[in-house]
Amino acid sequence: MASIIPAPADPRIAAEAVVSARAVTKHYGAVHAVDGIDLDIARGELFGLIGHNGAGKSTLFKMMLGLTPLTSGAILIDHASVSGSGFRAVRRKIGYLPENIVLYDNLTGLETLQFFSRLKGAPLQDCAPALDRVGLTHAAKRRVREYSKGMRQRLGFAQALLGRPQILFLDEPTTGLDPEAIRDFYAILRGLRTEGVTMVLTSHILAEIQERVDRLAIMAEGRIRAIGTVQALREQMDLPLWFDVRIAPEHFDAVRTALGHLPISAIEAHDGHVSVQCRRETKMAVLEALATLDGRVLDLHVREPSLEDVFFGFSD
Amino acid sequence: MEFAQIGTIAGKEFWDRIRNRWVLAVALVFTVFALAIAYFGGAQQGTVGFRSIEFTIASLVSLVIYLIPLIALILGFDAIVGERERGSLDLLLSMPITRFELLLGKYLGLAAALAFSTVAGFGLVAVVLSTKLGLAELLHYFGFMISSVLLGMAFLSLAVMVSVFAADRTRASGMAIALWFFFVLVFDLLLLGALVVTGGSYGGEIFPYLLLANPADVFRILNIFALDDVRTLYGLSTVFPRALAEPWLLSLVMLAWIAAPLGIATWRFRQ
Repeated sequence: MASIIPAPADPRIAAEAVVSARAVTKHYGAVHAVDGIDLDIARGELFGLIGHNGAGKSTLFKMMLGLTPLTSGAILIDHASVSGSGFRAVRRKIGYLPENIVLYDNLTGLETLQFFSRLKGAPLQDCAPALDRVGLTHAAKRRVREYSKGMRQRLGFAQALLGRPQILFLDEPTTGLDPEAIRDFYAILRGLRTEGVTMVLTSHILAEIQERVDRLAIMAEGRIRAIGTVQALREQMDLPLWFDVRIAPEHFDAVRTALGHLPISAIEAHDGHVSVQCRRETKMAVLEALATLDGRVLDLHVREPSLEDVFFGFSD
Repeated sequence: MEFAQIGTIAGKEFWDRIRNRWVLAVALVFTVFALAIAYFGGAQQGTVGFRSIEFTIASLVSLVIYLIPLIALILGFDAIVGERERGSLDLLLSMPITRFELLLGKYLGLAAALAFSTVAGFGLVAVVLSTKLGLAELLHYFGFMISSVLLGMAFLSLAVMVSVFAADRTRASGMAIALWFFFVLVFDLLLLGALVVTGGSYGGEIFPYLLLANPADVFRILNIFALDDVRTLYGLSTVFPRALAEPWLLSLVMLAWIAAPLGIATWRFRQ
């Protein structure tokens, strides 16, 4: 199975890193929530952090924001240590959307943004445009108490955009959003990317973000299991694929014979079909060999394992 | 320290209490109680109507000493733990604000709401009674109002400290109620019991000073009058040495009672 791919020490990224983590751990008693993480995120990068609930994503986020002290290691955001006294200045450049955001029910949408705008030292006249950007202008004067989950999430996102942050931390940002809102959300991120904003977002759904981020890291049990572009991860993983060949039981041996000369990693007989596992480079040769069985093959199905299967498979 | 940040937090807390009519409700409670005491406080002695400011204040003191600590503790006990439990604390702390600024802002906003309702509630009574009072009596009453505000601030400070230490809101409310029981009901009894048990022979001279270890007693002493027939209303506080019963000195003690719990809360919140 897949082995752990060490985070490649990319000197190009490390040199212009806006977020830089070194040997970061967070232990709660015997629980190692974050267990030795090295990570560099370059300026202007859209970076995804993938993992199951409990993989350590949110803990890592909170340490990056200086909300949770590190057990050991160091994190620099824009060259300032998260535990240093100079971090207040850095906070002004950061936008944060927490997981399952909780806002104040008794404030209206606009008042919510005005409150956070004051804290960030951002101009109050930017609040109305921020509401407009997330499509909440119609609800500006309604209390958050009356907002749906999706509206709260959008208001939380508008809050994160206040003060034109240079770094955005978005923890499960699309939770509760409908597909249209998710599309709008990523459109905003693309716009911010052209402005050079660095963005780090987490998700437990790889499929949603894998085509939208520049790079991603896959976390499990407090560690980064793999890091890189989606393309690079696929190539590094060299994922095996499965053929499910539907064929009558009396022809099972014919399949074995036809594939006998090929480097097959597994062949399993099931009720009414044979499953064949092989590497990607053998895929076409297997197809040609199966074609020689002409009329006997009733159906053929190729199973491409996703990155998710591989990484989450062994992290469980 | 950035005062703008403190002001933003304080402003939100204050306006929240104005908008949900907390300030109005508490002010009305104070007004109604103060008027009832002023006019019917002597009913047990068979008289009805305003008697004297000394009697009115003495009766108000025994009411306020129960009521204000309770109101202050209820007002403040979830200041921090409430944000933590709801899940809004992380977002607040991700802002360019220090923990001290957040805590102080919360305290000042709640203190303003409490002070505003105290002054408005009792002030209204002063306006109603003003035709019956001379300048010296009005000053007495004014002193009572200021000391009530200080009493509220001290217990609010304790409440905010509880809200930092408590793991959840349920425990915070339990701790707040325990503090109220201790300072308002149990403290004087313990002191008195110790006095009686030792026959006043051992350490009797330090007992008056132990009264300073309870903001509720400091409040009582602040409002003691020379008038002998009301002195009995103040219980144990009458043993306090006259020489030390200087309003400015007692006010300093009260300020220490405001500052110390806030200081401890800040230390803990930074951990």
